[in-house]
Amino acid sequence: MDQQLDSEPLRLGVVAEGAAGETRVAATPATIRQLIGLGYEVVVESGAGARASFTDDSYSDAGAKIVSQRDGWNSDIVIKVNPPAAAEIDQLQPGAVLIGLFDPARNATGVDRIAQRGATVLAMDAVPRISRAQSLDVLSSMANIAGYRAVVEAAHAFGRFLAGQVTAAGKVAPAKVLVAGAGVAGLAAIGTAKSLGAVVRATDPRPEVAEQVRSLGGEFLAIDFEQQASTDGYAKATSAGYDRRAAEVYAKQAAEVDIVITTALIPGRPAPRLLTAEHVAAMKPGSVIVDMAAAQGGNVAGSVAGTTTVTPNGVTIIGYTDLPARLPAQSSQLYGTNVVNLMKLLTPGKDGRLVLDFADEVQRGLTVVRDGEVTWPPPPVQVSATPAAQAAPAVAGPAAKAERNPMRTYTLVGAAAAALFLLTAFAPSAFLGNFTVFLLAVVIGYYVVGKVHHALHTPLMSVTNAISGIIVVGALLQIGKGNAIVTGLSFVAILLASINILGGFAVTRRMLSMFSKG
Amino acid sequence: MNPTTAAQAAYIVAALLFVLSLAGLSKHETSRAGVVFGIAGMAVALAATIALAYHDITAAGAALLVTAVVIGGGIGVWRARVVKMTGMPELIAILHSFVGLAAVLVGWNGYLHGEAGLTGSLLRIHHGEVVVGVFIGAVTFTGSIVANLKLSARISSNPLMLPGKNVLNVGALLAFAVLTVLFVVRPAQLTLLIVTALALALGWHLVASIGGGDMPVVVSMLNSYSGWAAAASGFLLNNNLLIVTGALVGSSGAYLSYIMCQAMNRSFLSVIAGGFGMEPGACDGGAAGVHRETTADEAAALLSEASSVIITPGYGMAVAQAQYPIAQLTRELRSRGVRVRFGIHPVAGRLPGHMNVLLAEAHVPYDIVLEMDEINDDFADTSVVLVIGANDTVNPAAADPGSPIAGMPVLRVWEAANVIVFKRSMAAGYAGVQNPLFFRENTQMLFGDAKVRVEDILRALVPQPSLHRQAHREPATV
Repeated sequence: MDQQLDSEPLRLGVVAEGAAGETRVAATPATIRQLIGLGYEVVVESGAGARASFTDDSYSDAGAKIVSQRDGWNSDIVIKVNPPAAAEIDQLQPGAVLIGLFDPARNATGVDRIAQRGATVLAMDAVPRISRAQSLDVLSSMANIAGYRAVVEAAHAFGRFLAGQVTAAGKVAPAKVLVAGAGVAGLAAIGTAKSLGAVVRATDPRPEVAEQVRSLGGEFLAIDFEQQASTDGYAKATSAGYDRRAAEVYAKQAAEVDIVITTALIPGRPAPRLLTAEHVAAMKPGSVIVDMAAAQGGNVAGSVAGTTTVTPNGVTIIGYTDLPARLPAQSSQLYGTNVVNLMKLLTPGKDGRLVLDFADEVQRGLTVVRDGEVTWPPPPVQVSATPAAQAAPAVAGPAAKAERNPMRTYTLVGAAAAALFLLTAFAPSAFLGNFTVFLLAVVIGYYVVGKVHHALHTPLMSVTNAISGIIVVGALLQIGKGNAIVTGLSFVAILLASINILGGFAVTRRMLSMFSKG
Repeated sequence: MNPTTAAQAAYIVAALLFVLSLAGLSKHETSRAGVVFGIAGMAVALAATIALAYHDITAAGAALLVTAVVIGGGIGVWRARVVKMTGMPELIAILHSFVGLAAVLVGWNGYLHGEAGLTGSLLRIHHGEVVVGVFIGAVTFTGSIVANLKLSARISSNPLMLPGKNVLNVGALLAFAVLTVLFVVRPAQLTLLIVTALALALGWHLVASIGGGDMPVVVSMLNSYSGWAAAASGFLLNNNLLIVTGALVGSSGAYLSYIMCQAMNRSFLSVIAGGFGMEPGACDGGAAGVHRETTADEAAALLSEASSVIITPGYGMAVAQAQYPIAQLTRELRSRGVRVRFGIHPVAGRLPGHMNVLLAEAHVPYDIVLEMDEINDDFADTSVVLVIGANDTVNPAAADPGSPIAGMPVLRVWEAANVIVFKRSMAAGYAGVQNPLFFRENTQMLFGDAKVRVEDILRALVPQPSLHRQAHREPATV
């Protein structure tokens, strides 16, 4: 670390979003403090946070310098939200690092342009879906917000309550909401709709998510068809047989439910068509559909990306593609925190030096271009995001052990009982009486002591010290019976036992008087 | 009612009071009542016994009796008042040795005096009881003496490694069995002397060959033995109160030993048969790496921004006497609205419950001092963990099947956002196992004496005025 101390910390620039309708910003005053804590010098383009309600002053209070657009892009590390426009890429310094959403699979021109600049791109939307990388998974945090907002938009367009009520003016039935796809967005939508009081149902080709749906209060509609478990946490394309079964379920549900929220996306492919024109036509007038996949071609026939349409039978289809941007402050906060977590990973020394380690599959996975060299796509990650299948063999061990245990316990207890019987059957009755008392006292002692609070174990020991001084009774009965040796020994025994009795009780009282409740 | 039945009735009452006394200790709220029950039980038992002994005791005997009680009681109360809480393990150990020695003396008396009127199998049982009582008492006596010397650092706490130590132990037990049979068949003073000497040597060797970190098990084991010694005396004297009390104490100690062994994921036998790190290759470390050092000022800054702090103390806190500044730090942080709690591993310290007593001494409220199982799931939501003088009990290597401490339940401190480890140097802990916690990304090391470092943090945390106040006070007190 020492040899790095003399070099300057890197400059990290937060730039404003150029895209129309974008309200988010890649850092908040709170995340900027953390970035500065990692040793970076942070600059923020003037007005970058304005649409997310973060003023320039709040950024400078957090320790950032407010700079022009040109100076912002002229940083060693540039962080932003959306993929950069061509003009923006041209402002990057050779050797600079750009961090943001990049959509590398569909942005070949952008990848080439960055490579020509000799820069590095870390795509926040290419984070591998493994547990360790959850804290930097922008797609998850944005999907969470989008799922929430989808329900809010649906409720806004829906002409009724979501919760059921009994009022003086009559009874209102709760709205029925169908969520198609129980990924992060779907689960967020389920939780939000449930908390607004709706009856929520959900479908998903992955049977393993049923438990998560139920945990949020939703009902899981299983589609009975063999489907392989996911290995990377994303849904795979479904088979024709499955699609046929699913279409039946959707046909039935479309006629029943009031609100449908579709979230089905398959990475790198157009969105699957879940609701056909016939399904939509079968819905009640006034029903609302939110198609969260509208930007990728839509899950619903008739959805138009970025706008709201109303079908001839009065069904509103919302195709907004900017759902996270409709909660700008919230989205910026979560996005900014994801960026901070990435920077923590990339700054092991907390010294303002960015270190890219390709041995780490997370860092490897999200690097699209490194110093002008295209590194996309990364080798596949084969760590399952769904622990269920792996957990099974681990559970098998203890379970097998538990099965063996009762038999062994019975054998041991039986052997001990037999030995005890043989031992005592030949003993005289005077001894037996004592032995009975002894055994019962051991059992009582075991159960009484088992309940003693862990914090009182030391007082327990000193109290048992004191009461084991009861051995004085033996010496008391032996002293002064004429035999000088016996009396002498008894004298010593009484003295020692008295130390125990009085010392033990005194020190226990002293200890207990110290324990006080806060 | 005659004196004998009155005494028997009093003994039953006393035995029940003792059970109530132990039951009272199950909760903080009832613990003080528990001690009162114990004292009452003891008073009842002593009164009844003295009344029983009164009618055939000589005047000189009575005078001796009173003298012994006064001297012994005086010593006991004096020690209890002056003992430091860090010195509790030593005191407990020496008290065990007294019970052991008393049991030896009662056993010898039983042989020298108490054989009148016994014949046949009852006499043989009596002889058996004498040998067993003397043996357990003597093992307890020397074992506790060694434990006391080790705990008070008057001898090295390293395990004594005699060649073939397990053979020696087993050999001594076998010899004891043979001598018992011999004594029962043909009682002789010499045989009893040999048994006594053998037991004294065994007790010494047994504890001498156990290392410092296993002391919680040893102390509770000796607690248990002192109980069994008292119970053996009860058999000898045909006294139910002694049997009941001895059995209570014996099972209490056994239960505590069991808890301690569970907390180390080791069997009782493996603790007795030898300490950690004796298998070849256990000390190779394996997970060495680069640790990050921090300063008291940085730690203070981290703490002042934390929302939740957990402190996990170990024996090092007792050694450094750091409990007072830690308690002050706790109060300071709590007054700022930080949620401060303590996580106690069952084998932290040298005595079951040792850490709880030390923290109570420094006036840390007991309801923020939690057991490992109560707090282990909360580390993930914690801003800062302070590891003070603990090592093996916070070692993530316990999850590694190849590690010598594999399977030992540990405090999962590394799940917290930040971990600050107070440590003298990078040396390995008692188990001799390198601790990968120190090389984690979220871990920072604060080297030096724990007490001094915590005081440094306090100074950095508390704004200037209070320091001024201290400066003003100093001339006034001089």
